[in-house]
Amino acid sequence: MKRWLFLASLLILAGYFIAGGVWLRPFGEPARSEMDRYFIEHAQTEVAANNVVTAIVFDYRGYDTLGEATVLFAAVVGVALLLRRARG
Amino acid sequence: MSVIVRTVSRVVAPVALAFGAYVIMHGHLTPGGGFQGGAVVASVVALLVVAFGCERWRKWTHVLLPLEDVGAMAFVILAFLGVGATFFRNVLAGSGGLFGAPVPQLGPNPGALNTAGTLPLMNWAVGFKVIAGLGAVVLLLALFGREDG
Amino acid sequence: MGNMPFVVSMILVAIGFLTLITRRNLIKLAIGISIIEMGVNLFLVSLGYVKGGIAPIYTYAPPEARAMVFPTPQALTLTAIVIGLATTALMLAFAVVIYRHRGTLDAGKIRELRG
Repeated sequence: MKRWLFLASLLILAGYFIAGGVWLRPFGEPARSEMDRYFIEHAQTEVAANNVVTAIVFDYRGYDTLGEATVLFAAVVGVALLLRRARG
Repeated sequence: MSVIVRTVSRVVAPVALAFGAYVIMHGHLTPGGGFQGGAVVASVVALLVVAFGCERWRKWTHVLLPLEDVGAMAFVILAFLGVGATFFRNVLAGSGGLFGAPVPQLGPNPGALNTAGTLPLMNWAVGFKVIAGLGAVVLLLALFGREDG
Repeated sequence: MGNMPFVVSMILVAIGFLTLITRRNLIKLAIGISIIEMGVNLFLVSLGYVKGGIAPIYTYAPPEARAMVFPTPQALTLTAIVIGLATTALMLAFAVVIYRHRGTLDAGKIRELRG
C-alpha cells in the first residue's frame, strides 16, 4: 500500500519534472545573460586566462571554490574518521 | 591480480600520471584544471591498488591526509595574496612577473603558459589537495577490513 | 522535440528517485543518489548551451565560431561534481562501516537491528 502511494507520488513528480523540461525555454536559446557576456569578453583582459571556466572558478567566483574545497576536506576527514584503523 | 593486469598497469600508470600533470598544468589554457587532473592521478592510485594490492601503501594514508591540509592551506594563502584589494583578487595577472604575462592576442590564440596570474598556482594547490584527498579516500576504502581492521 | 536534453536530464532525476524508493540496498541507494546528481549536472550544463556555440576556451578556438556557450553554469557544475564526489565517497564509507558492524546492507534490516 505504502509502496503504491510512493510510486504514484513519484509518477506525479516525474510528470512535473518532464513537463517543466518540455515547456522550458527552447534548448540552445538561453535568456540574455549580461554576467556571462561580461565573463566571456573580459576574461582575457582582466585575468589573462584563455580558459573562461577556470577564470570563473578561481577568480570571479572564488568563494564557491573555497566552499567546495571545504566540503571536499570535510568529506575526506569524515572518511578517514570512519575507516581509519583504531589506534591503541 | 594477474601478470597481465600488473604489466599493463606498469605501462599505463606513468602515462596517466603525466596526463594528470598536463591537465593540472594547462588548466588555464585547455579544458581541465586542478580537480580534473587530481581525479586522473587519484585514478592512478586506484589502478595501482587494484593491480598490486594495498598492503604496501598502508603507511601512505598517514602522509596523504596531512598533505591534503597543505594543499588547502596553499589555496587559502594564494587567495589571501590579493587581500589588499579583495579576497581572491588576482594580483599576479598582468604584473609582468611570475605568470604575469598578458595573453598573446585577444580572441583565439595558441595560448602561453606564463599567463593568468594566480590561476595556475591555485590549480596546482587544488590539484595537490584533490590528489592527496582522493588518494587517501581510495586507500582507506581499500584498506578497511584488512588484517586487524 | 527541441528540448530533449532537458527532458532526458529530468528522466534521469526521475530514475534516481525511483531507485531511492524501490531499492533497499545501501550501495544501490548511493547509485540512485549519484544518478540524481548526474541528471542535475546535465540539466545545468544544457541550460547554458547557446546554439552553434563553442566551449568557452580561447586556446585554438575556431575563428569562425559565432558564439560561446555560457561559462557560469559550467563552473557551477564543476563545483557540483566535486561535491557529489565527496558525498558519494562519504556514503560508500558509511555503507562499508555499516556492513562491517551489522553484516547486512539492507536498509530495512538495519533499521530492525537497531540497538
